Amino acid sequence: MSALFAIAWRSAWNRRFTLLLTVLSIALSTVLLLGVERIRTQLRDSFSSAVSGTDLIVGARTGSTQLLLYSVFRIGAATNNMAWGSVQALSAHEGVDWVVPLSLGDSHRGFAVLASTPDYFAHFRYGDRQALVLREGKPFEALFDAVVGADVAQRLHYRVGQRITLAHGTGELTVAEHADKPFTIVGILARTGTPVDRTVHIGLPAMEAIHLDWRGGAPLPGMRIPAAQLGGLDLTPRNVTAALVGLKNRAAVFGVQRWVSGYAGEPLMAVLPGVALDELWGVIGVGESALLAMSALVALVSLAGLVAVVLAGLDQRRRELAVLRAAGAGLRHVMALLAIEGALVTLAGVVVGAALAALGIALLSPWLQAQFGLALALTAPTANEGLWVAALLLAGWLASLLPALRAYRLSLADGLSPRL
Amino acid sequence: MSSVLAIEALRFGWPGAPSPCIDIERLHVGAGETLFLHGPSGCGKSTLLSLMAGVLVADAGRVSLLGHDWAALSGAARDRSRVAHVGYIFQQFNLLPYLSVIDNVLLPCRFSPRRRAQAAHDGAPRLQAETLLQGMGLEPDLWRRPAMKLSVGQQQRVAAARALIGRPELVIADEPTSALDEAHRDAFLDVLLDACAVHRSALVFVSHDRRMAARFQRELRLPEINRAARNMDAAAGDPA
Repeated sequence: MSALFAIAWRSAWNRRFTLLLTVLSIALSTVLLLGVERIRTQLRDSFSSAVSGTDLIVGARTGSTQLLLYSVFRIGAATNNMAWGSVQALSAHEGVDWVVPLSLGDSHRGFAVLASTPDYFAHFRYGDRQALVLREGKPFEALFDAVVGADVAQRLHYRVGQRITLAHGTGELTVAEHADKPFTIVGILARTGTPVDRTVHIGLPAMEAIHLDWRGGAPLPGMRIPAAQLGGLDLTPRNVTAALVGLKNRAAVFGVQRWVSGYAGEPLMAVLPGVALDELWGVIGVGESALLAMSALVALVSLAGLVAVVLAGLDQRRRELAVLRAAGAGLRHVMALLAIEGALVTLAGVVVGAALAALGIALLSPWLQAQFGLALALTAPTANEGLWVAALLLAGWLASLLPALRAYRLSLADGLSPRL
Repeated sequence: MSSVLAIEALRFGWPGAPSPCIDIERLHVGAGETLFLHGPSGCGKSTLLSLMAGVLVADAGRVSLLGHDWAALSGAARDRSRVAHVGYIFQQFNLLPYLSVIDNVLLPCRFSPRRRAQAAHDGAPRLQAETLLQGMGLEPDLWRRPAMKLSVGQQQRVAAARALIGRPELVIADEPTSALDEAHRDAFLDVLLDACAVHRSALVFVSHDRRMAARFQRELRLPEINRAARNMDAAAGDPA
């Protein structure tokens, strides 16, 4: 057998240029397959880790995915708000442990502004029930304090102590600025890999304060309330966008959900974040499956390429195989030779591909994080990736058996003198 | 003189062909005998050699090597028996271009324990390979070179050394001189016949060039013993 290995190696080395192309094509499909698989799982991870430890999300009645989209992912806008009275009623419910009201709608240079109470930092959890951590500074205390997410700080080069102004409405292009009431950055959050990184956090009273002299999306003409005169005014919000709710006992979740649906003050709804995340993933997961199917197709095509290359090379090798047969190699030796070569070529391709994929993740992850907020970590291969690699190896090796089978038939038909 | 190779009532046709291309009543090759087989192209020379070497199997009749009928053996057993007892030389392109000269010669020893053992009879297989190469007039500085660097004449002599290593009972040569010019052809024939005599291997030598026939103990014209080729001759020669 070792003699066969030596011959297989020398023969392969003799045809190294063709084989190199085959190895490269297998490597590329491995990179593609592993890359897509890694992006897919990390996307799903970062998606499902956007919120945790919250039992219910309450908002004005709308679709459950929509409520999730704007309250957690800062995508889209609420069609209706919920009254402050409803928040207070919710807090007073016997099963409710804590309520964190959220108010959205403003932005800062394309980043969403979230107004909440200091409880937000105490109760909000992401990932595996991880709490928010301040990388620098402290939570907001004074009226015009702001705490920015990691992406905001990085992209806009913000430091603690810097002053920023918020814009009315969401989006990059805003005409109305709350320029008269600037905020001071007092804290920068550590990176979470969730939408929190792309959010500017302020207190609810501040949100109320910057909108006191506004009606219907524009400043009221003739009415200006300078920041210095806010002291005596009541800054309790009239309404908020949504509220995160924690329960004393998780078992009561459906009872509280029913209570919210039946709330007499206004039409409200409560969704379970886990269920809503699954529903939302069901929608966007289709694209992910398409991606996966695509890379499986690519792998299939490059394996077909492997078979084609080996089959095409076989005609050139008929003489070589006949010489081997004449020198004493049996048919099983000839087939073993081709199978060994196929296995080695596939193995080399997959190993090179896996290495390239790891290198690519290591090199590209800062850029992906900055551009798309996609956190790719260079971790040990997952079970799924292992399966893909095993499938590639097996398929590649099986594909190389096809030429071996043809070599067998040719040897039988040629005798010892191939008709070339 | 006992028979190394015995053919009795052999018939063989390629799959799909309407009539057999080999139809031989009797052909025996004795131990150490040198047989010159000639005939025009298309008379079934290469097919007959493949049948002798057990690569192809008779449709009817017997082809036996050292008393064993090839047809009675399984494919793997034929492979083992062939490498153990038969050396084979092609017209050209006999060598694996990526192996060195000496490694090409040693190939049969890698596949057959018997050839390895017989090659090691007077020392190591490598030693016999070197003796054979020396006898073929190939200088030691060529032995480590890749086979593809050699001239055609040198390659044929390496092929002869490979066919003879480990003293196989039968050496089959399929027009080994047709790619050589006259001077090289005679030199090659000299060393091949000498080596076969030294190793006491029988030699079946096929060629269309009858001028070499005198150097062999026996000469046979294939169409005379192959009735299928005789019919073919008749059909071709008949101006119907």
